[in-house]
Amino acid sequence: MSGGLLVDVIFWLFAAGALVTGYRVFRTDSMVRAAFYLLASFAAVGGILVLLGAEFVGMVLILMMAGEMLIMAIVMVMYMMNPAGLNPMWMVHQHRVAVAAGVLAFAVLAAPVLLVDFPDRPNPAPEEATAQLGEELLGDSMLVFQTAGVGLLSTMIGVVVLASRRGRYGEADEGSSEPSLELQDAESR
Amino acid sequence: MSLETILLVAAALFGIGVYGALSQQSFVMLMMGLELMINGGILALVAFWAFTAGGNPQGQMLAIVFMTVMAVEMALGFALITNVYRVRRADITEKLRRLKG
Repeated sequence: MSGGLLVDVIFWLFAAGALVTGYRVFRTDSMVRAAFYLLASFAAVGGILVLLGAEFVGMVLILMMAGEMLIMAIVMVMYMMNPAGLNPMWMVHQHRVAVAAGVLAFAVLAAPVLLVDFPDRPNPAPEEATAQLGEELLGDSMLVFQTAGVGLLSTMIGVVVLASRRGRYGEADEGSSEPSLELQDAESR
Repeated sequence: MSLETILLVAAALFGIGVYGALSQQSFVMLMMGLELMINGGILALVAFWAFTAGGNPQGQMLAIVFMTVMAVEMALGFALITNVYRVRRADITEKLRRLKG
């Protein structure tokens, strides 16, 4: 893990990039630009993961977020006002509470990092970490992997049901009313 | 690059995410805050995997589960945004005073 000065410099570049772009997400006028700032933040975190030796997870993170942010940009252009950032945008509520909560969350999470003496066992990441992960995915942890897959599948089905224009109980924009469970009611129709 | 510094970066990402999720009015920006929080979580998790777990692949397995959670959250969020916009023409949280459609 101690890769010398170069690795440190690259790490700090990625870390600063992740934090600055993460902050810029909420400070830009354009929602599309916000999506790409978030993508940059994820890409920087993915770079740190690669530095740590988790190449597979880091690259999957970058690839997944690239697709996700494109969808996010499209959703924003579809629904949101002012997606292009031609006007100044400052759409916040309870700003002071939010700032306080964010600082508090950082403090609560940072305190144990600074106070606890972590076991200093910098094991070098295994050379074939990706191969080990593959064997884990299709070996001991296959149930977890499959459960995640089934979860994603059921999410896809549920999302299509949620977002479809015409559902079981009628058009989406007329509100929903469930059919009566009374037998005569159903027969008289 | 040490465990402490990476955990501090992850904590800062999480804090920015909390701020965004609580302060933004637009649904999509709110979801970006949630994403940033999960981003910090993944970073901390992989840091622990690299520095203390001795290369046990189950740590990376957990990171993949985190990513699944992130994908599920995004997909459900977009579907709910679509539905709410269709029924209420609402694109910010202030327009949703009632939950019943």
